[in-house]
Amino acid sequence: MEGEYRPVVEFPDTPIMMSIASVPAHLPPVRSALESVCKLMGFDESTRGDIVLAVDEALANVIKHAYHGQNDKPIEITFRNVGGGESALKIELRDWGEQVETSNIKSRDLDDVRPGGLGVHIMSRCMNEVSYVHMPDGGTLLTMIKTL
Amino acid sequence: MTETNNAIRNIRWIDPEKTVVVVEASGEIDLHRSAAFQEALLKPLKHKPQRMIVDMTDVSYMDSSGVASLVKLLSRVRRDKVDLKLAGLTPRVQSVFEITRLDTVFDLYPGVQEAIDS
Repeated sequence: MEGEYRPVVEFPDTPIMMSIASVPAHLPPVRSALESVCKLMGFDESTRGDIVLAVDEALANVIKHAYHGQNDKPIEITFRNVGGGESALKIELRDWGEQVETSNIKSRDLDDVRPGGLGVHIMSRCMNEVSYVHMPDGGTLLTMIKTL
Repeated sequence: MTETNNAIRNIRWIDPEKTVVVVEASGEIDLHRSAAFQEALLKPLKHKPQRMIVDMTDVSYMDSSGVASLVKLLSRVRRDKVDLKLAGLTPRVQSVFEITRLDTVFDLYPGVQEAIDS
């Protein structure tokens, strides 16, 4: 049985940045890179799954709602260890698409069993912090934090 | 009968009368693949099975778009009075169902045989 990886050195606080187009086929390599970062930072298997799922849902929402399915728009992704002595992963997603009113970004009633609308609930359940900022030059900066 | 699809590896009928069908899903089912997944899930229903088992053993990842495909399938099978069961969810996929509380909506089984025998 594979044991959990334990980092022998602290993961550096320098950022890892990725630029992708708003195409769903780009999501698997982002998930792979994020999984690797989470493992190096010492997150356990279950928490890695939560983080990867939350970021994947956030990217899917950018593609669907900010860019309305257009697949040639930019998304910038930054992963960074911001925990100092104890690891905390900060993930930023920057888009230049339509700004969705932040008060309208909320979980829906889960007792209403129907397809869709689960991404925001998943993000809030899986991460410690989730926040949205409308940027003055257009688009949105989504920040999510997960502590070890 | 064997059919294949990008997100569906195989569709096999347990009996000659085609009352029970096992749909074997595979790979990562996300925004990129969920449309093909959903389309393939509906195909066996044209034969009007009594029971449909979706084998998730080889599904390594599923996001809410994949889950949405299964919720749409659930709506359809309820209308058609088909008994739907999901089998072999990996811990990560099971976690998505728990987070969204859909583990209480679907009939989940550890493996295909348990779903057949239930």
